[in-house]
Amino acid sequence: MENHKSEHGLSSYLIGFVLAVVLTAIPFYVVITHALPPQRTLLVIGIAAILQILVHLRFFLHLNFTSTPKENLLAIVFTAVLIFIMVGGSFWIMFDLHSRMAI
Amino acid sequence: MSAAVTAHESEAAETHEQRALGFWLYLMGDAVIFALLFATYVIMVNNTDGGPGGKALFNLRNAGIETALLLVSSTTFGFASLCTRTGNRGAVLFWLLVTFVLGAGFVFLELREFAGMIRAGAGPDRSGFLSAFFTLVGTHGLHVSMGLTWILILSGQVMMKGLSVPVTSRLFRLGLFWHFLDIAWVGIFSIVYLPGLL
Amino acid sequence: MFGRLTLEALPLYSAIAAGGAAVTVGGALLVAIAITWLGAWRYLWTDWLTSVDHKRIGIMYIVLALIMLLRGFVDAIMMRAQQAMALNSGGYLPPEHFDQIFSSHGTIMIFFMAMPFMTGLINIIVPLQIGTRDVAFPFLNSLSLWLTAAGAGLVMVSLVIGKFSTAGWTGYPPYSGAEANPGVGVDYWIWAILISGVGSTLSGINFIVTILKRRAPGMTLMRMTPFTWTALCASVLMAFAFPALTVACGLLALDRTFGMHFFTNAHGGNMMNYPNLFWIWGHPEVYILVLPAFGVFSEVVATFSKKRLFGYESLVYATAAIAILSFTVWLHHFFTMGSSANVNAFFGITTMIIAVPTGVKVFNWLLTMYRGRIDFHPSMMWTIGFMITFVIGGMTGVLLAIPPADFLMHNTTFLVAHFHNMIIPGVLFGYLAGYMYWFPKAFGFELNRGWGLASFWCWLIGFYLAFMPLYILGFKGMPRRMEQYNDPSWQPYLMVAAFGAFVVLLGIACMVMQLYVSVRDRRKTADISGDPWEGRTLEWATSSPPPAYNFAILPEVRDREPFLDMKERGVAYQRPAAYENIHMPKNSMVGVAMGAFAFVLGFAMIWHIWWLVAASGLAMWIAMIARSSDDDSEYLVTAAEVKQTEDARYRALATRTATRTGNRK
Repeated sequence: MENHKSEHGLSSYLIGFVLAVVLTAIPFYVVITHALPPQRTLLVIGIAAILQILVHLRFFLHLNFTSTPKENLLAIVFTAVLIFIMVGGSFWIMFDLHSRMAI
Repeated sequence: MSAAVTAHESEAAETHEQRALGFWLYLMGDAVIFALLFATYVIMVNNTDGGPGGKALFNLRNAGIETALLLVSSTTFGFASLCTRTGNRGAVLFWLLVTFVLGAGFVFLELREFAGMIRAGAGPDRSGFLSAFFTLVGTHGLHVSMGLTWILILSGQVMMKGLSVPVTSRLFRLGLFWHFLDIAWVGIFSIVYLPGLL
Repeated sequence: MFGRLTLEALPLYSAIAAGGAAVTVGGALLVAIAITWLGAWRYLWTDWLTSVDHKRIGIMYIVLALIMLLRGFVDAIMMRAQQAMALNSGGYLPPEHFDQIFSSHGTIMIFFMAMPFMTGLINIIVPLQIGTRDVAFPFLNSLSLWLTAAGAGLVMVSLVIGKFSTAGWTGYPPYSGAEANPGVGVDYWIWAILISGVGSTLSGINFIVTILKRRAPGMTLMRMTPFTWTALCASVLMAFAFPALTVACGLLALDRTFGMHFFTNAHGGNMMNYPNLFWIWGHPEVYILVLPAFGVFSEVVATFSKKRLFGYESLVYATAAIAILSFTVWLHHFFTMGSSANVNAFFGITTMIIAVPTGVKVFNWLLTMYRGRIDFHPSMMWTIGFMITFVIGGMTGVLLAIPPADFLMHNTTFLVAHFHNMIIPGVLFGYLAGYMYWFPKAFGFELNRGWGLASFWCWLIGFYLAFMPLYILGFKGMPRRMEQYNDPSWQPYLMVAAFGAFVVLLGIACMVMQLYVSVRDRRKTADISGDPWEGRTLEWATSSPPPAYNFAILPEVRDREPFLDMKERGVAYQRPAAYENIHMPKNSMVGVAMGAFAFVLGFAMIWHIWWLVAASGLAMWIAMIARSSDDDSEYLVTAAEVKQTEDARYRALATRTATRTGNRK
């Protein structure tokens, strides 16, 4: 029983590690080789980053919909929404100001 | 007598859950701080005041090694976490030590990078862009350094008190912290270094 | 050795400044002498300063708040007096001094009066209302208190050594930057806020975990009291908004101390990002302050209407909606900074939307009173006064939410009138209502009703006299923060406003009298039963004051008004068959110590005494490590001790007479 749990745990870290390496290698490769135009490259970097963060949350922090307490899940969803509002709002405001006031 | 023991155990489990939630909430607040530092960086990324920008200053190989060090250290901390479940004190200490060495390597490389930039006249007081860079990346580095200190202190506790319930509970929270810092680093190489070198 | 600290830091350059310093130092000495004369140092240390008991910590927070209310109010009276006189004249305050006064007034009232008052009430009452023994992290609770006190200490010390900021309570760069303001004033402001801000963030986390995880069996979320609900939402705001303040002031500190360029004019600084970051915190902050006050009103209105609160669910949803929406309006604080119409319109619309849930709440309170049997206790008067006055302020807010209108009124006294019209009846009346409502629970005797009513009327009338003229002056074009002016048509209004401030001063004097008379008469108004107002919620089930462990046996909750339910079922004062051992957290000096080190750290940062920065920083580290390695932080209250305490309570309950002398109408 204990063994099964720790095996399950070990595989979690190993899978997470491999996925993270792949999701790191892809954006680094695209930047080093300039394989794609800049806009596309940024998109690849962005998607790889989001996916890798999800990998970390799932395989290293063991976040899931069954065993994680719902307060913790609620907290991270709430934080994500707030970050979206704060960062998105800041970008909208500051880039709008930039175009109007040259600062 | 046994009823009192299990009551005490469940009290300990409740305490652990409350502390885990409390620490998780602190990490969420930290995430907001990092998010706003990231936002500030992006807003100021072109404010180089005629001075050097990312293209001139960033070194992809260095960033790649730092990334590898932190990612491996996250995995080795995971191994340490697994060993706490089997009660193997020596194994826990070993993997904590490996994590520490990898993390220290990360901090060393980052300090070297900062020193080089400052020597070249590209310190945080040169331009808005550089202020934002040093503060964002430096805040992360400071967090990693705090984590390293914490690893040392907990290693000491493991040696002196063994893998007691309070000690493993603290190791759990250190793990949350360490993994969170790796997530922040994913943000840093994705928003600072890679786009800077495009 | 002492950085940039020299003897020139002493306020000998002006009589008024020297007077302020003398009062501060004199006041501190008087307190020290009084404690020495009473022989109370040891008692103070063991029973209060090192306590981790949420009830004691809460009381200390409120003591801090009331002292800082006096200090902040002195600032207000000085400003009103200056403005009443300064038509075509310099008045009695030079501009530099006047600027420090309006800056410290705002800083003190928000950070060191309103926040501690709120945190104190939540601390004392919420654990009792949810039926638990203490907050989730009692030591952290103590640390939060002492960090807040350290911040307040820095503001007070600025009266004696150096000067305070002249950049307003918001500290906008580039004026607050090192180039325009190289002195210590802005640094005092920054460090007071950063240090107390950490305390507030920790309190937010503490209360969230307490409320989510430590409720008594049977208390579902929708059975919590309205005050606890608002405390939960405010705590969520505290935990998530204060990080933005840390970033805003932190970056400003980096600019000032290390020559960075976040907000400077030159070298690629972007000063507009500061208001952006500051108000991302600043707007949620005002909801942090007002939501618990709304919670107090909900409790008071039900108790003193002898009626169940109307529309509980809608109140809960309205509170949650306000909390979330509070993160979407922040640009309305800088409509005039230059954003395009789309950006301004978006935030203007969100600002108008956020007024709606508060409107819902006002109807709920009114409908609770409808067909109730009203007891015009001072707390009820504060509530009624709030409902009328706050709605006026709310309407001026909706007016300001329209960007083109705001372009005319931004930074005029109209704005000053608006936000005082929200904070004074909203926040302050709420906390004063809570103070007079829950005082017996905390201290075991009631506050004198007559003086409470007198205080209320003075505050209400004084408020209208002090602030309604400011609305008119705003329309007439008077900017805020003016040290002197040359338009004679403004002066009559400013004189009325000054008179209003004087009436408020009478209100404060009534509060002081109320305390004196109540303490003097405390045996006559003793709260033997623990339930002086026929309460409906769990805090009234305990003795007044409650024992350290709050409840001998944790209650089982079956209803939204658990104590009323217990009374109706006849089990309210039922003696339990047996008692159990109770684990309680030990006192700790580490919280006090870390607060003291934080004060020294802030002081050293301000005066650039770098060796002291390192030393105090290291000391804080060591204290934190020592505390976190401590596994022996609890003590045992044996079942026998619990029985002794509870038996005494039941004896007192039995001897209570049906009628009491005291101040019932």
